Amino acid sequence: MSVLKKIMTAIRGGAREVGELVVDANGTRIFEQEINDAQTHLRKAKQDLTEVMAKQMQASRKAEATKASISEHEGYVAQALDKDDETLALEIAEKIAQLDVELTDETEVVNSFTTHVARLKELVKKTERQIKEYERQLSMVKTTESVQKASAAITDNFSSSNSRILSAKDSLERIKKRQQDNFDKMSAAEALMEEDSDKGLEDRMKAAGIGEQKTSANSVLDRIKANKSA
Amino acid sequence: MNTQDLAIRISDLSSFEGYQFDCQPIPGDVDVLQVTVGDYQEIPVFLSVTDTQVLCITYLFTEEEVIATRRAELMEEMLELNIPMPLSAFSKVGDRYVVFGALSTNSSIEDICHELITLTENAIEALEALEEFLS
Repeated sequence: MSVLKKIMTAIRGGAREVGELVVDANGTRIFEQEINDAQTHLRKAKQDLTEVMAKQMQASRKAEATKASISEHEGYVAQALDKDDETLALEIAEKIAQLDVELTDETEVVNSFTTHVARLKELVKKTERQIKEYERQLSMVKTTESVQKASAAITDNFSSSNSRILSAKDSLERIKKRQQDNFDKMSAAEALMEEDSDKGLEDRMKAAGIGEQKTSANSVLDRIKANKSA
Repeated sequence: MNTQDLAIRISDLSSFEGYQFDCQPIPGDVDVLQVTVGDYQEIPVFLSVTDTQVLCITYLFTEEEVIATRRAELMEEMLELNIPMPLSAFSKVGDRYVVFGALSTNSSIEDICHELITLTENAIEALEALEEFLS
């Protein structure tokens, strides 16, 4: 059964110690043990792989050398035949036959190493996948346990400190009221700032004799004089 | 990364994205950090750290507060709203409905603070959106 399904079953059963129910009485330790074992296997497999790859390279080099030698000797046979020296040519040909046998053996060795390497690489990949899978499952169990414990700690803390957790509606109301208060305060502050700057402007204009002028005695006199002369 | 470490580093950031953070450790089997974002004391974020994740959880409401006849509708609504909510998802812990976000333990302090802010803002919006299902 997958771990997630086990967690589901455990939660439905109202399990407090999910870890225990999910993986027998040992909680998460079983997973951690499996991960350790898998990691040990992985290390060994990687070591073996390195060794076998080294041997494969050696065997390959040997076979290449033999192939080169065969070509070389084939060249010598051609040269001997050119010189019409059949006896020598035959001798060299025998050497080539020997090398051929060696090459066959060496090639077989290389092939077996190549197969071995492929197998080990596959094993390494499989083990790495297995480890990742165990880690993922372990994470699920640990997270579930962690959240349950955290939840318990929070509840304990609240009940011991006597502060109630408000109902959602009450919380929302308080939040909205505070947001409105803050908004109102900001609007008031902005309005005040504007007023101040407007007032400052008014004063400055008045000093310069621009804009609406308050009627002064002088201007009244001027007005009357003007009317009189008109 | 542990909660004490996070508490110090979050507090060190005097302001982030326009918000301030108040951290309060809650001791227990598992260390929990209660973080209040800005002045939203009603919806603190509870932060805990596992091997691989930093879990941030905000409580929304309890099973008790849900109007029984509208429960199925509420569930569907939450499922549908899960994707639009950035960096957060609806969940249930025991008899409590929550929004949570999970970050890798390799996350930066800024990533975590951003998550805390997003979670808080999402929680407010979620409460507003789901108010009709609550008594």
